[in-house]
Amino acid sequence: MNVTEIPINSYLIVSAILFTIGVIGVLTRRNVIIVFMCIELMLNSVNLTLVTFSAMYGDSTGQILVFFVMAVAAAEAAVGLAIIIAIFRNTMKIDIDHFNIMKW
Amino acid sequence: MSLKIILFSLISTIGLASAIMMILQRNPVKSVLLLIVNFFCLALLYLFLSAQFIAIIQIIVYAGAIMVLFLFVIMLLNLGDEKLLSEGISYKKRIAYILGIVLLAEILAGLSVPLLSSNSVISQNAQEIGTVQNIGKSLFSKYLLPFEITSILLLAAMAGVVILAKKKFQ
Repeated sequence: MNVTEIPINSYLIVSAILFTIGVIGVLTRRNVIIVFMCIELMLNSVNLTLVTFSAMYGDSTGQILVFFVMAVAAAEAAVGLAIIIAIFRNTMKIDIDHFNIMKW
Repeated sequence: MSLKIILFSLISTIGLASAIMMILQRNPVKSVLLLIVNFFCLALLYLFLSAQFIAIIQIIVYAGAIMVLFLFVIMLLNLGDEKLLSEGISYKKRIAYILGIVLLAEILAGLSVPLLSSNSVISQNAQEIGTVQNIGKSLFSKYLLPFEITSILLLAAMAGVVILAKKKFQ
């Protein structure tokens, strides 16, 4: 074991900070596309955690799960952007405060 | 300070800085480009963890396909500067920042538990598990059913996108 090896905790801290940046972006921004991109950022930070634990325990299951997360993220991005286009056609707005059709 | 630690700090700093710039940026196109920088940094971090397959997939799928889709939609909707959007109420933003910092403190407090101190470096056989050969083997044997279900998911998403984007809602 190498002494100059990077500790596992540093990857986890980077991942935690990235996740928090994503959360702050979702809460503060009002452009729906940027909110969507922040969701992608959060998914990526979770992927980093999964790969880190996979490398730590020497088990490939975490990396398989990252593969599936990426497939689901691709599907989610496509469907979400289609919904944004459909809403934009009707209202000509991309401000999330105007997306209250489903609000009771 | 070895070269590896210097490189790790540099890459993670660039990644975090581009993420912060991304949420502060007014122009959506610049935001997308900064997010692509962030994804490249994450791919390099995956290489540090010797997950070669995931690193390549990260660049091809995320930085390639998904971000091009985002850019395409921004161009299609002709979104320029965000000045058209009225500014958010400031107390809402302040509460959001406070909540984010509380969340970060909570996660970091969870990480400081000595749970991880037993084996806090990369495992010895991490080199082998990240290869395309190993991932492919387990993907087509142990995880064959989820893999096939993923293809159905992608097909359903494709059909849904075509229907949603084709014409107006009633």
